[in-house]
Amino acid sequence: MKILVPVKRVIDYNLKPRIKADGSGVDLANIKMSMNPFDEIALEEAVRIKEAGKAEEVVAVSIGPAKAGSDTLKSARAIGADRAIHVETDEEVEPLAVAKILKAIVDEEQPQLVIMGKQAIDDDNNQTGQMLAALLGRPQGTFASKVEIDGDHVAVTREVDGGLETVRLALPAVVTTDLRLNEPRFPALPNIIKAAKKPMSTKSPADYGVDTAPRLKTLKVAEPPVRQAGEIVPDVDTLVAKLKAMGAV
Amino acid sequence: MTSLVLADHEGGTLNPATLATVTAAAALGGPVHVLVAGGGDATAAADAAAKVAGVEKVLLASDAAYAHQLAENVAPLVAGLMDGYDAFLASATTTGKNIAPRVAALMDVMQVSDIIGVEGPKTFTRPIYAGNAIATVESSDAKLVITVRGTAFDKAAAEGGSAAVENVSGAGDAGLSSFVGLEAVKSDRPELTSAGTIVSGGRALKDGPTFEQVITPLADKLGAAIGASRAAVDAGYVPNDYQVGQTGKIVAPELYIAVGISGAIQHLAGMKDSKVIVAINKDPDAPIFQVADLGLVADLFQAVPELTEKL
Ligand SMILES: Cc1cc2nc3c(=O)[nH]c(=O)nc-3n(C[C@H](O)[C@H](O)[C@H](O)COP(=O)(O)OP(=O)(O)OC[C@H]3O[C@@H](n4cnc5c(N)ncnc54)[C@H](O)[C@@H]3O)c2cc1C
Repeated sequence: MKILVPVKRVIDYNLKPRIKADGSGVDLANIKMSMNPFDEIALEEAVRIKEAGKAEEVVAVSIGPAKAGSDTLKSARAIGADRAIHVETDEEVEPLAVAKILKAIVDEEQPQLVIMGKQAIDDDNNQTGQMLAALLGRPQGTFASKVEIDGDHVAVTREVDGGLETVRLALPAVVTTDLRLNEPRFPALPNIIKAAKKPMSTKSPADYGVDTAPRLKTLKVAEPPVRQAGEIVPDVDTLVAKLKAMGAV
Repeated sequence: MTSLVLADHEGGTLNPATLATVTAAAALGGPVHVLVAGGGDATAAADAAAKVAGVEKVLLASDAAYAHQLAENVAPLVAGLMDGYDAFLASATTTGKNIAPRVAALMDVMQVSDIIGVEGPKTFTRPIYAGNAIATVESSDAKLVITVRGTAFDKAAAEGGSAAVENVSGAGDAGLSSFVGLEAVKSDRPELTSAGTIVSGGRALKDGPTFEQVITPLADKLGAAIGASRAAVDAGYVPNDYQVGQTGKIVAPELYIAVGISGAIQHLAGMKDSKVIVAINKDPDAPIFQVADLGLVADLFQAVPELTEKL
């Protein structure tokens, strides 16, 4: 079995984004960028499935600027992807277009399983996996906290608002990861060195015949309303008195 | 501009998030129809939807294939109905987030996720970067697919409407997926996303029994729902559906009490729209104090039992 893992290069999750003064977007110049944390979990899961003898090959894909290839896909190969496909573009590609490019790659590569993050921590869209599954006409196991391959099916335990739901999907299928699926490893140094030697092909969105023109126009990006810090109360009695005065209890 | 809202429902009752989504749909300016897809209990949910103020018509698709809201079955049903509509809206619940993008892709529409405001017929505001920025976006698609953040819109009145209920049907089971089971956490407490008061605990609560011992009495006293940080969920103190934050539940109660939670941006993303925020933390520099209306720098193991007693 082959597993495809799409990974996105995003602002590092520890950083608070700076909004550009002209309100046109978030300033990412000279900002530390990392692999989207959910994608790291997806990759870890794929590598574990391979290590368990249930898959032969893990292929990582990233759609983005040069550094998505030289950094993000290098990390992906260090973590354990066998091969990488970089679809290079400097444009911002929306989830629908990403899903179309991924569909073309799936048609070519024929993986049995696509595992990807449930959302990217920059645009917080939570769409791409579901869209890819729709375009492929295949089932989706979103927000996964457990993935078990069982012959030509996969059982996915999903983190839903009401608890944990398990669904059984016919392979090929698309799975999107939640935070508790696993804890990604730190790649060992020898693997980081070896990563650069693993193959990577470079493509463009046009190679897949996908129009990446945005459907959504960003008119403005602004700071959220700021909450003023209130006061520090000296003790529980004061806290209770203030809460009562505010009518909060 | 006629909108179709997907009802989020369970056991014959509507999820309150659906009422907020109806409000968002009404803000688009045209009539609002509600689709109730489900198994045997969908009829009761359709009757409830018919009573919601402002709903003009309810479409009922009752079929065992829709009983568990499997996206593979529900999305084609919705896409098949969209000829008659200009916009499809679902709540940004795990059900809506699962189904809506599948509908969008079937329609070749770029979804607008998790909107918090309607600025024009095709213009919306939505949080990005864990709520650290608010984007205003305009769609150029002929039809709209939208998910709606429930805490950002008032809930439509659950009573007062008298919509007609019309039966519809789709292809039913796509044969791609099946429901195996739901491990639901049974609780008599108010649901997190609709609770008026929430007491949340973090990593500082040490373990499951300690969390229960410290947090539960305070929540009981206040009639509050219980929430948690990711650290508390990851460590297994409480189940996953307690998580508040960027990737958990988004809440905006009247009162949010954060106990032993540092206030990471991902946690703040889920609770900073609460009306009154109280933080109890022993570290005076914890970022949670920057958003708290009332902060108490104290050891929670002393302060929380004392607070429970004195309230
Ligand atoms: C992609 C991604 C998504 C995430 N999504 C979420 C999310 O949705 N929700 C979420 O919550 N987190 C999320 N996180 C995790 C987040 O970054 C933090 O790690 C997490 O919120 C920390 O939880 P905490 O505040 O309980 O723990 P800590 O940060 O460890 O804080 C514990 C606090 O307890 C205080 N404390 C300790 N002992 C006591 C005592 N005796 N009395 C009083 N105070 C005490 C300490 O001073 C400290 O401030 C996400 C992270 C990533 C990478």
